[in-house]
Amino acid sequence: MDKKQIQEFIARRVALELQDGDLVNLGIGLPTLVANFVPEGRTVLFQSENGFIGLGPAPEEDEIDPCISNAGAMPVTIVPGGSFFDSAMSFGIIRGGHVDTTVLGALQVAENGDIANYMIPGKMVPGMGGAMDLLNGAKKTIVAMEHTAKGNHKLLKECTLPLTAVSAVDLIVTEMGVIEVTAKGFVLIEQNPEYSLEQIREATGADLIISMGLQKMAVV
Amino acid sequence: MEKLTNLEEAVHLVRDGDTIMVGGFLAVGTPERLIDALIEKGAKDLTLICNDTGFIDRGVGKMVVAKMFKKIYASHVGTNKETGRQMMEGETEVVLVPQGTLIEQIRAGGFGLGGVLTKTGLGTLVEEGKQIVEVDGERYLLEKPMRADIALLFAEKADLAGNLTFHGATRNFNTYMGAAADISIVEAGEVVQIGALCPDEVVVPGVFVDYIIDGGAL
Repeated sequence: MDKKQIQEFIARRVALELQDGDLVNLGIGLPTLVANFVPEGRTVLFQSENGFIGLGPAPEEDEIDPCISNAGAMPVTIVPGGSFFDSAMSFGIIRGGHVDTTVLGALQVAENGDIANYMIPGKMVPGMGGAMDLLNGAKKTIVAMEHTAKGNHKLLKECTLPLTAVSAVDLIVTEMGVIEVTAKGFVLIEQNPEYSLEQIREATGADLIISMGLQKMAVV
Repeated sequence: MEKLTNLEEAVHLVRDGDTIMVGGFLAVGTPERLIDALIEKGAKDLTLICNDTGFIDRGVGKMVVAKMFKKIYASHVGTNKETGRQMMEGETEVVLVPQGTLIEQIRAGGFGLGGVLTKTGLGTLVEEGKQIVEVDGERYLLEKPMRADIALLFAEKADLAGNLTFHGATRNFNTYMGAAADISIVEAGEVVQIGALCPDEVVVPGVFVDYIIDGGAL
C-alpha cells in the first residue's frame, strides 16, 4: 500500500468504531478521512471545535460560504439539524464529556495511554489547538496513525516528546492492526494479515500483548 | 453614546504596548478591515490574545508579518510560518494555551470570575508554574482570567446600539472578547438601525460593544 492507501485503510477501520447516534470530533489530516466511511445505517454527527455540530461534506466551488469552514479552515457545509455556537459552548461540549469519540493523529503514544501530538521542541511547534481539551473531555479517544514514522517507533513504553495528555488514549488503529490500551499495556486485538506478528512486534517500541481472541483486521 | 465610528478613528484607540484581543478562527470571523487599517496606522510592542495567528496574508497573521507583536497568546500558530520564525529566533514570545482554556480565561476576565479550574493541561508543559486546586478529591489547574485594553471583533450585523448577530462559524471568540476588554470595536458586515434586529436573534448584547465600524459585505 502507498501512503494514501494506508491512510484510507486506517480511516476505513476507524469508521467501524463510530456508533449510531454518536457525536464525533475528527482531527485534521488522516482522521478527517473517517467521515467518508461511516457504515451504512448509522447516523453520526460531527462536531467542529470552531463552533458547530453537523459538519457536512465540502461544498461545490460555487456554493462555498466563507463563514462556514472546518477547524482546518477548509470550506465545509452544515447538515440539516446542525447548529452553530461560539468557542465557550464548543469547548463546554468537548470538556464537559458530551463528545462520544474523538479521532486524532499522534507523534507518539505510550503503553499507559499518554499521547504526544502537538510539538517537537526546536523543530515544529504548531500548538495544541483543541487537542488537550478533546483528550481530556471526549468519552473515547482513538488514535489513527501509521504504525511507525520513517522506521522510528511511535508506540513506546514512554513518550519522549512533550505530552498533550496523560493516560488519554483508548484505541490505536494503524495499517498493521488495532491495539487496545489497557492497564497491562498495548494489546493487539486485530491483525492486518499483510503483516506477521513478528513484524508488528518489531514495529512497536513497547511490549505487545497478543489478545487471546485476536481477529483479522476488519474494515468498512 | 454614539457607537458608530470610522476605521481611522477606531484604530487610533490602539496605542503602542497595548494588549489586544482579536476575534476569529483561522481568519474566519476576523475583522480584516480593522486589521488592515491598524497595520496602516502602525503600532508596536503589542500583546496579542487570539485563537491562532491566521495566515501570512489573512487575519492577524498580517500583523505578525508587520512585526507588531512582542508577545502572543494563542492555541495554534502552525498555519503561519512567520510566527514560527519569530518564536524560534526569539523575536516574539509565544505562549501556547489550550483552546478551551483560552476562551474560558477570556470569559472569566469579562465576567468577574477569579479564574477557572480545568483538567486540561494536567501533566503537560501547560501545568508549569500554575496552582493545582483539589476539589472533592479531583485535581484541576487554576487558569487565571485574561483581560485586554482593546478587542477587535467581527459580526454579521450590528445595530446602532451595538447588538450583534452572527452567521456560520464566525462566533468563535467574538462573543466573549468584548466583555474582557476595556474598549471593544466591532467590524460589522452590515450596520442597521435600532429596532431592525429582533431581540431574539441578538447573540451579543450591545453592552459589550463600544464602537461599530461598517465593514461592508465580505
